This record gives sequence, structure tokens and C-alpha cells, in this order.
Amino acid sequence: MSDARGQSKDPGETSQARLTRRRLLVTGATGAAAAYGLSAGGASARGLSSSIFKSTAAGTVTFGANAADTPVPLKALNQSFKAFTAKTGTQVKVNAVAHNQFQEQINSYLQGQPDDVFTWFAGYRMKFFAEKGLLSQVDDVWATLKPQFASAFQNASKGSDGHYYFVPSHAYPWALHYRKSVFAKNGYTPPKTWAQLIALCKKMQADGLTPLAFTDKEGWPAMGTFDIINMRINGYDFHVRLMGGKARWDSPQVKKVFNTWRELLPYTSEGALGMLWQEGATQFIKGEAGMYFLGTFVGQAFPAAASKDVDFVAFPAINPKWGQDSIDAPIDGYCMSKKSKNPTEAKQLMTFLGSAAYENIYLNSDPNNFGANKNVNTSKYTAIQKKSAALVAKTAHIAQFLDRDTRPDFASTVMIPAIQQFLNKPEDVNSLCSSIQKQKVAIFGS
Amino acid sequence: MATDVAAAGQADGTPREGRAVRLSVRDRIALALMVTIPVIVVGGLIWFPTFASIALSFTSWDGIGGITTAKWIGTENYHQVATIYPGFWPAVRHNLIWLAYLTFVATPFGLFLAYQLDKELRGSRMYQSIFFLPVVLSFAILGFIVQLTYSQSQGLINGIFGTNVDWLGDPSINLWAVLVLVGWRHAGYIMILYLAGLKAIDPSLREAAAIDGAGEWHAFRTVVFPALRPINIVIVVVTVIEALRAFDVVYVVNKGRNGLELLSVLVTNNIIGEASRIGYGSAIAVILIVFSIIPIIVFVWNSFKETEPA
Repeated sequence: MSDARGQSKDPGETSQARLTRRRLLVTGATGAAAAYGLSAGGASARGLSSSIFKSTAAGTVTFGANAADTPVPLKALNQSFKAFTAKTGTQVKVNAVAHNQFQEQINSYLQGQPDDVFTWFAGYRMKFFAEKGLLSQVDDVWATLKPQFASAFQNASKGSDGHYYFVPSHAYPWALHYRKSVFAKNGYTPPKTWAQLIALCKKMQADGLTPLAFTDKEGWPAMGTFDIINMRINGYDFHVRLMGGKARWDSPQVKKVFNTWRELLPYTSEGALGMLWQEGATQFIKGEAGMYFLGTFVGQAFPAAASKDVDFVAFPAINPKWGQDSIDAPIDGYCMSKKSKNPTEAKQLMTFLGSAAYENIYLNSDPNNFGANKNVNTSKYTAIQKKSAALVAKTAHIAQFLDRDTRPDFASTVMIPAIQQFLNKPEDVNSLCSSIQKQKVAIFGS
Repeated sequence: MATDVAAAGQADGTPREGRAVRLSVRDRIALALMVTIPVIVVGGLIWFPTFASIALSFTSWDGIGGITTAKWIGTENYHQVATIYPGFWPAVRHNLIWLAYLTFVATPFGLFLAYQLDKELRGSRMYQSIFFLPVVLSFAILGFIVQLTYSQSQGLINGIFGTNVDWLGDPSINLWAVLVLVGWRHAGYIMILYLAGLKAIDPSLREAAAIDGAGEWHAFRTVVFPALRPINIVIVVVTVIEALRAFDVVYVVNKGRNGLELLSVLVTNNIIGEASRIGYGSAIAVILIVFSIIPIIVFVWNSFKETEPA
């Protein structure tokens, strides 16, 4: 007997048909899974699958860059790697990630599948990971590099155990930028003291400009202002102790920093907490803002013609005892991960990255920093680069910036919201400082 | 004949309920696999991390060097979260505001849209598509749209109305700005669910109400809405889940700071960023779990209560 579909209604045969369909489904599913697995394995450089293929290709080194969303440094890196490959034959596989995202993922990155060499920063931020055993020592690389770097850079590259973990590449100071044409047109002079700064701000406001471009949506730009006012009022040693958790955040010195900062706030951009630093740069370069206190990397956001008009001075002195003896000049460079799969090629790359030859190529494409190596070719330096190098060379004390000088958990979970809270309610300094102090004790332990 | 049919089983060949089912060995294996594999996956990916989070919330650990480096500190994390963490109570408030907004504004608006569109006006299909379109967007895209709409200098709203309001940077209004667009998306979602429910209502109920002379609002309140009861339960669950899992939109706008704090964002900021305070973040996560479990318990209790025989 058969039904309309022509299939037999005999139970034995129906179950046979069912089994065949099931078998077809199962084989189909496993086949699809296998095909997916193979295609995932052949996917691009990022991801777990790539590591299976990474270690087998000799003469390759992988490089993690925090520059996916900043085209200027990324181009500079790629140019340099072309030269490296031409010189040594070793291929460089670049894994570029967005700047802020790279920093945020660094913990899981270093413990997971890190690239052999990656972009990083000097300061406690590097020492912290060295202490945790996530970075490779590069003392042998430094054997050849040592004579090429000033002692400040050498010290910045060591971990707390005295071994080298970092190769510096370039640095940039945080300075008060202004446009020469705007200043000439309105008859302004760059301020040297706090009183002159406030007077200049009043004048600019009367002339219809925003005196100081200022943004803090990402949370870190305002740290530069905190750092410099702290170093100007309380001196470099106090600043270092504060960053290291050895001073109280509710001390009168810190309260003075916030109270002094409050004097400046009426002259800063409106809606700062909704703007990125690039938007501040736009205000500045369009002539809507008179000055911008930021790192010289701000030049990345300027069109080429306008950047010739930009100049800077060191932040004005506040306490005559300290004058202008300190500056934030973060050093960017490279580290080698402990789990490096190609250690020889990685050390080869690190040696190249520490050389003046590399810095020359890099700075050619990204002229907003100055080279750390003593032998870098300064003849092609722009005016800003020459001035940056000179400013840092003559400043007695160099700090690395708040989020590189202190514990990363303190900087990101405590200081970012605290500074934003200050910007929203600048009057409320006492309760803010005691809140920061309580959280600092919870994190540092004392 | 009816008895023949009953004896032979149902028309599609499956055995009648109540009769012992013979399962072959293959069937048994298949069944076993189909049960144990999902249990393992759910257990391993959901329940194990949940219990691990609860355990970790009593420790202080920076996530580096293996779990043996975690230090037991008892309820210290919870104490710190509740007393000295400035972002915690605002985050709790914002989560509750989110929940209240979705429950009392966005969902009723979705119901209103569904009720109007159920009347089969001209172009109702087009309206349905228009209102449903935002549901297709991921919350990350929605966060991006929020920035385009509300940016102070280059946004749509300030551009059209010539105002200069700092929608996203001002902590007293940015949550509401974000909620408007979240409600826009949520209403479309709810609308589709209610439309399905409204179509399932017996039209004779409405005819009876019309014959009895009930006005539209009266008919809705006494006839239609009670008939939507099964859908309402689903809607409540969906609304609560959407409110508690809110994360992407605020994270894309400004990483969940300055007026846009949410518990989910606090958890990620402490665990995933460079901060890596695993124990502390786990404590916040456990608090979020407790928040989420309460509506679930209420819902489960209600539905099991209903299935009791009258």
C-alpha cells in the first residue's frame, strides 16, 4: 500500500527513510562545520586562527599597533617597516587596532595571543606589565642602543627591577599652542605667568574668541591640565609622590590645584565634556579659539598649510619657586611580549625600532613628535619639532602624563570620572578630593 | 471510523498521547545528545561564569597570573561599591529610570501604534515598515545615530532648530536624549508583538462591544486589553530584559560616563579596560544579577500560579 506521495506505509521502510534523512542532515551539518572551520582558519591576520599559521612562517614578525584610527602614525609605521624588510628580509605583519581600544584591551591582549612587538608607553604603565611578567627583557637589544640615548630616556625604559623592557621611539611635550597670525592680528603676547594668562584670556574673551580650547569627552585630555598645574604649584617631587600613591589627594596642595584650575574654566570651550580633542583642534585651527593646551600630536589634526602658523610656549609659571621646570613629555615606543613566537626576529625588529634610521623614516611621515635617539637627523625637522626637542631638553623634570605615571585602574576608574565631575561642578572641591582619597586608599592599599 | 482512527494513531503517523513510545537505540542516542549538549553549553557558558563571578566578587584580583593570585577579602568590594564609588548610585538610578521609561512611555506608545495600525487604515503596511525599521538597527548603530543627532556643533537637532544645547555633554539631559531614541526603537519592537496579539483577538468580541454601545476607549480598556493577556506577559519580560541589558548605546556615545552611567558599563569599565579590577567588577555584576533575578522570579511565579487547576 502506498499513499499519495508514493512512499510505502510499511513502518520498517518509513523508519529506514527517516534514518536516511537524518543521516543526510548529520553529514550535511558536519560538512558545513568542517568547511566553516577551514575558512575561519584561512581568515585574515587577526584572531586566534591566525596564530596557528603565524609561528610556522619563519622570517616573519608580528607587530601590534594602536594606530588603526590615526592615519598619520599608521602610515609612518608602514613606511618604516618597508625599509626594515628591505634591509633584513624579515616580513612584518601589522595588526592595527583603534588607539583607545588597544590600551583598554591590553590586559587580555598580553595574556592571550599578543603580537611579538607592540606599541606602548614609558612610565608606570610599562613597569606595571613588566612586574607582572608579561614583557620580555631586552637588555641584549640595549647593549647596542645604550650610547644612542640620553639618560632620561634610558631610565624611562627600565622596569622596577633595573632591566630594560622598552625601546623609546619618539616623544612629544604638552604645551600651550597658539596661532601666530591670530596673535599678531590682535596684538597678543604668549603668557609667561599665571597672571598674564588670565589677563590674556580676559582680553581674548572681550575680542569674541574662546580663549582656551578645551575638550574632555574621552576623559584623558583634561589630565594634562591637572598635571601641569600640579607641577607648577607643588613641584615635580610632590607630583611624582601623588602619582605613586604616596601623598594624600585631600591634602591642601591638591585642593589648591583644583581651586586654581577653577579660575581658568570660565575661559574654556563650552560643552567640553561632549567634544573630542580633534573637535578642540578644529576650533583652534579655525581661529575660534585662541590657545590650546595639548600635546604636540595635535598637529596631526591640522591641514598642512595651517600648521605652519602654529607655535607654542611652555605652560606659564604659577609658583616662582618652581618656575617652568617640569613638563609632561610622554615617550612612545615599543615593547616585546613575553609570549613572543618569533623572539629572534622580534629582537631584530626592536633593534631597528631603536635606531636613528627608523626614527628618521617615522618622523618623516609623522612630524608631530621628536625622536628620542641622539643621532636622529634633525635637519629635516619642522620648526615645531625643533622647538619640542629643545623644550624637553632644557626642562629639568619630565613626567609621563597622569595615566602613564600612576596605576591604570586608578587612572581610568577613579581619575577620569573625578575630573569630569570637577568640570561639571567646579565649586565642589572638598567633597571631590575626599572621594578621590577614599578610592585611592581602596586601590593603592594605603 | 473514529475508533479506527483513534486506534491507528493520529493522521500524520505520530503515536497517540499516552501510548508507550518505542524509541530505537539511535533515537535514544540522538535524544541524549540533544539534551546534554545544550545543557553543557548553557552550563559552561552561562551558569559556570555566573557562579564564578559570585565567587570572585569576594576576592581582590587583577586578572593577571592565574586565579590562585586572587585574594579573599569578604564583602569589602560590596562595601566599597555602595559607599565610595561615585558612579554606583547614579548607575542604579539610571537603570531604574531606563526601566520606568520603557515600561510607562515606550511600551504604551508601541501598544498605541499597534492598536491604530490594527484598524487597517490605508497604507498601514507602509506605516508598519516605517515604525519597525529602527528595530533592525543594532544598539551600536543607534549610539552612532545618537551622536549624529545630538552633537552640539554638528548634530541634526541643533542644526535644524539653531539651538546650541549640549545634549550629550550635559549630564542632566543626556540620559533623556538617549532614551528618546531608545524608545523610538523599542516602540517599534513592541508594536509588532502587539499587532500579532491584536490579530488573534476574536472579532466577535469587538462586535459585541460595539453593539452594546461601548466607546472606543471603553472597549479597549474592558474588552481588548484583557484579551491581550498572554501577549502582555511576553511584553513585560521583553521590556525588563531590554532595560537591564542596556549597554551598547551609552558605551558608543561616551563610554558610559558623565550622566550615562549604567551598571553594565560599570562592570565593563572595571573588568575589561586597563583597570582589570576583576573582584570589584564582579561585585557590581552580582548586584546586576540580583536586580535581574527579581523580575524573573516574579514572572515565573505568576505563570506557574496560572497553570494551577481552578
